[in-house]
Amino acid sequence: MSDKVDIVALAKLARLEVSDAEVAKLEKEIPEILKFVEAIQKADVSGVSETKSLRNVMRADENPIESGKYTETLLAAAPSREGNRVAVKQVLSRKGKK
Amino acid sequence: MDISTLTIAEARRALNAKEYSALELTNAYLDAIAKKDKDIHAYLEVWTGSAREEAKAADVLIAAGKQKPLTGIPLALKDNLLVEGRVASSASKILENYVASYDATAIAKLKAQGAVFLGRTNMDEFAMGSSTENSAYGVTKNPHDLSRVPGGSSGGSAAAVAAGLALGALGSDTGGSIRQPASHCGLVGLKPTYGAVSRFGLMPMGSSLDQIGPLARTVSDAQILFDAIRGYDVNDSTSSPENFYPQHPFKRVIGVPRAFISKGVDEDVLARFNATLDILKNAGYEIRDVDMPNLPYALPVYYVICPAEVSTNLARYDGIRYGLSVPADTIGEVYTKTRGSGFGPEVRRRTLIGTFVLSSGYADAYYRKARSVRELIRADFARAFQSVDAVAMPTAPGPAFRIGEKASDPLAMYLEDIFSVTANLAGVPAISIPSGTVERDGKNLPVGFQLIAPHGGEETLFKIGADV
Repeated sequence: MSDKVDIVALAKLARLEVSDAEVAKLEKEIPEILKFVEAIQKADVSGVSETKSLRNVMRADENPIESGKYTETLLAAAPSREGNRVAVKQVLSRKGKK
Repeated sequence: MDISTLTIAEARRALNAKEYSALELTNAYLDAIAKKDKDIHAYLEVWTGSAREEAKAADVLIAAGKQKPLTGIPLALKDNLLVEGRVASSASKILENYVASYDATAIAKLKAQGAVFLGRTNMDEFAMGSSTENSAYGVTKNPHDLSRVPGGSSGGSAAAVAAGLALGALGSDTGGSIRQPASHCGLVGLKPTYGAVSRFGLMPMGSSLDQIGPLARTVSDAQILFDAIRGYDVNDSTSSPENFYPQHPFKRVIGVPRAFISKGVDEDVLARFNATLDILKNAGYEIRDVDMPNLPYALPVYYVICPAEVSTNLARYDGIRYGLSVPADTIGEVYTKTRGSGFGPEVRRRTLIGTFVLSSGYADAYYRKARSVRELIRADFARAFQSVDAVAMPTAPGPAFRIGEKASDPLAMYLEDIFSVTANLAGVPAISIPSGTVERDGKNLPVGFQLIAPHGGEETLFKIGADV
């Protein structure tokens, strides 16, 4: 079921630049790995439910951290900043470029 | 003092008896690192200055009689644990210069005990691998045979302890990353129950699988380290409150899934495993076969769920908030170029597999199916634990392999984890204990004996482990 895998499309989804040479290598490796994991298709999972072993953990929305307490610490790690903001390239373009 | 055989327990006794100071102890390790680590490469960075300061502070505590179990004990830390103000790179280029903004909870707990941090240790990039060959900073060598890998991903931590370059170490275990290097280096390695140790400040790989745990020379040293780092943490909502799991009465019965372990294990490794079972039998344990028919699905399930969680977790490394950022014209190119140049081959491979198994049209057949089969594996363990205290298996199918031997075959590398991933998928605690050596090319190489207990059953592992 996974003989052909579109590595270029996956790389685009994963926001990952991959060279042509690596695409060629991965086009062989990834289908092999997928073929290996396809063993799970044979398992009979009728009637299986995760609700017995998993549960949601909630906490009260209270005691917020004092605003600004960690601003400087966290911004110090940012590659690019403007005042108290992380600076990034323009996200939306007027010219309709991607 | 002879640090080549020293344990945490013995160092504690000697420090308390003032036979040597914490500073002398730390200096002995720093000297050993300076002398030996160029051959082994266990450490990515040695924190000489701060280690000495921490040791001096420990001596003050000891002089005042205020010492705790780890006061003045020199430890090594895997490079995916955050220590405020220190570089934490996960052995990746994408975090080469990243300085941690806060302490991981496990680190804060060690600091509160007055432990000494010798440095950060090498690992497979973002903990993906079984050999440390996936580090962006070079491979670590196995102290038992420098031509072989120490295992991984916590290979640097294991090599440091095995070579006498730290008294103990922390690693992380997502599919075997503490236990397999412990096996290959002749150490005790513990993967705690999922939720026993806070994951806050551990760089996430597979969030439903990851646990921080100790690597040490003895079972009791591993227990001392585990006791220091365990506990509920408000910053990790998946950490468990005290006494969350019911304790089972101890029956002195060990289960062996014979059908599962009869294939794919080196003959002499299986012989060592059976010899260890005999030791336990002579110590009064009943050894019983257990039927766990879904364990053969564990590795395939793991290699769906782990990459799925990798692809989502590592989305955070995008060149925006911290770490490497490759300048580009558009924000989209900042993402793709930063990730493309910052991540190594195995991280890219798993990111793409994870993207595939989660993508529309495939998620039902891969990711959701894998989650259902994971339940079957959990159920196999639950059924076994109705009649046995612990399930025993080899830790890994063979001893340490040669550097480069499996580097070009991802599936061969994945098979290293065939026995260890079972515990991570079920969320149960597991320990690897040294069980003798096997010979390869004239060298004696250690192998590990793995015990897996029910949720919250670490005490059972320590108890049986003491009899191995």
